Amino acid sequence: PTVPRAGSTLLGYIGIDTIIEQMRKKTMKAGFDFNIMIVGHSGLGKSTLVNTLFKSQVSRWSSGWGGEHKIPKTVEIKAVSHVIEEGGVKMKLTVIDTPGFGDQINNENCWDPISKYINEQYEKFLKEEVNIARKKRIPDTRVHCCLYFISPTGHSLRQLDIEFMKHLSRVVNIIPVIAKSDTMTPDEKNEFKHRVRKELETHGIEYYPQNEFDDDMEDKNENDKIREAMPFAVVGSDKEFQVNGKRVLGRKTAWGVVEVENPNHCEFALLRDFLIRSHLQDLKEVTHNIHYETYRARRLNDNGGLHPISANNTQESNL
Amino acid sequence: MSSGVRSMVSMMTNLEGYVGFANLPNQVYRKSVKRGFEFTLMVVGESGLGKSTLINSLFLTDLYSKDYPGPSLRIKKTVQVEQSKVLVKEGGVQLTLTIVDTPGFGDAVDNSNCWQPVINYIDSKCEDFLNAESRVNRRLMPDNRVHCCLYFIAPSGHGLKPLDIEFMKRLHDKVNVIPLIAKADTLTPEECQLFKKQIMKEIQEHKIQIYEFPDIEDDEDSKLIRKIKERMPLAVVGSNVVIEVNGKKVRGRQYPWGVAEVENGEHCDFTVLRNMLIRTHMQDLKDVTNNVHYENYRSRKLAAVTCNGGVDTSKTKNQMTRSPLAQMEEERREHVMKMKKMETEMEQVFEMKVKEKKQKLKDSEAELERRHEQMKKNLEAQYKELEEKKRHHEEEKSNWEAQQRILEQQKLDASKTMEKNKKKGKIF
Repeated sequence: PTVPRAGSTLLGYIGIDTIIEQMRKKTMKAGFDFNIMIVGHSGLGKSTLVNTLFKSQVSRWSSGWGGEHKIPKTVEIKAVSHVIEEGGVKMKLTVIDTPGFGDQINNENCWDPISKYINEQYEKFLKEEVNIARKKRIPDTRVHCCLYFISPTGHSLRQLDIEFMKHLSRVVNIIPVIAKSDTMTPDEKNEFKHRVRKELETHGIEYYPQNEFDDDMEDKNENDKIREAMPFAVVGSDKEFQVNGKRVLGRKTAWGVVEVENPNHCEFALLRDFLIRSHLQDLKEVTHNIHYETYRARRLNDNGGLHPISANNTQESNL
Repeated sequence: MSSGVRSMVSMMTNLEGYVGFANLPNQVYRKSVKRGFEFTLMVVGESGLGKSTLINSLFLTDLYSKDYPGPSLRIKKTVQVEQSKVLVKEGGVQLTLTIVDTPGFGDAVDNSNCWQPVINYIDSKCEDFLNAESRVNRRLMPDNRVHCCLYFIAPSGHGLKPLDIEFMKRLHDKVNVIPLIAKADTLTPEECQLFKKQIMKEIQEHKIQIYEFPDIEDDEDSKLIRKIKERMPLAVVGSNVVIEVNGKKVRGRQYPWGVAEVENGEHCDFTVLRNMLIRTHMQDLKDVTNNVHYENYRSRKLAAVTCNGGVDTSKTKNQMTRSPLAQMEEERREHVMKMKKMETEMEQVFEMKVKEKKQKLKDSEAELERRHEQMKKNLEAQYKELEEKKRHHEEEKSNWEAQQRILEQQKLDASKTMEKNKKKGKIF
């Protein structure tokens, strides 16, 4: 095998670096797909947070779902897609909501429908990939990120939280967030975060960004800092108020206004930057290169080839 | 005969001097103060809703402190019922306060029947009281019945959870249920209003009977009562930390954006709850527990013991007003009647059986006769056959004899001729 010779100095400008510009143009034309799933029991402000994250009405309440806040009897999966555009870049954002999770009296296995959905998306992608006549660009419906909302009890994780994350951290990127964190004073917040992190460690739950997937030292340092700050304690709001002459997104109570984007008040800005501004592409890559590949390898090994499988089979081989 | 006693119409008479029975309330007061008061308060709700903090705030004590942490800080796997007693003194009045906590409620993945330990506890306390009441020596009767149950609702902002509805439905007829919105500093004033309305709507929908504040005749107080009723369910915030706000020392929670004051009526309904629970309605809660919930329990328990189960409701109502002796008479009569009925039944059965047996015997008799006849016929037939055979045989015999005779005769003739021949031969 030929070994490439160590970089010879260029004698003039060739233009190799324009490849970045070419990639950029292509991706801008093609647009992105991003699928985010939100999980947590009702009343934790999930829909509000998603709206705040993407600064638009993308949750299911806003899409004319009748505004009925009735708790469904079983966990449902509701996916709503929107195309949002910013700076010439188009993004097809799909928000997958899971109403009914954790709301019943008996919540045994309420993560099963979620697990099934995620695996179904992998299966869909796999089928397309394995086709003889493949589409030029396979529509990507796989779940890139799962935001798990933790109830701000101030004490510790609930049994259901641990069970859910244990079962799904190996299948999808889980980002735990502490919901409605304006319930807690700063001291309580820190204590709670510390305790939650400890518990996650004790149970061996690898949340995103996972330790094992750090590519190099630079990544590791950056991710370590993020991991130390997780889970982010967030507050969501889509209403604006006047504070000190500025208009800010926030929640107005009788004793003050909670500013959503103020880092002293809550960690929403951190979450947004992390999720959208720095790790969006990484989330997609981890999903494709690691979670999807795991699924694929298992499927191809299990059946010794690709046979049409039933829903039961999917669960068996992937849980 | 006219009916017994004529009831005297009571008239309001004006007293002509000072008699002194206006002092009665003071006597009652002094006796009660000496005796001291008891109050049992139960708190129910998922862990992390600030129950322990609220109790500490309500009674300004550290019932749950760093040395003796509240149940929430100790992780429980199943629902338990724990009680802690504390003796508080104020202005010479002694109050034995029992706080009943239910750690583990609603925390598991599967929460079916998590209300059962709570119901068992309440019933067992009522039963203790019932037994104490029925004893011969009733001098010391401690009242450990649960007088009030504070149910904590998580501030989701949407509505009641299925668990909340189930629990309240099962407990509203056993104890005074007061629903509270916990950690109310999560909600903005508008969200709080909407949430309260939604909760009250759902409570009415499911016909849950929460504790109703009684209407007092006093104008002043009734305004207060109405204000309380409008604010139900009460949205509370608990804290025992003292913070300085504008030079004043208040109890509250310090946030980066402000201080949520616990005792400020505009921030939350904590003061309303405290006033209602301790300052105005404590005695009423005890009365309702004694007169309504405890009586319900008692009549249910006693009716179950005296009736034999499957009696219809109309009978139950009558029996509840009669004394135990009449009850026993009734039972004896019933028993005797039952016996008589059983006797007649037995006789009937006996007769039937006898008839059956007789019939059977008759049948077998007939059967036997038939067989007898048949056998006789068989015998006769055989007899006839035999006779025939005999005759036949006789015939054969006589034939054979005849043949023999003939043969003999022939033989004789033959021998005679042979002899003749021999004689003739000899001559030759």
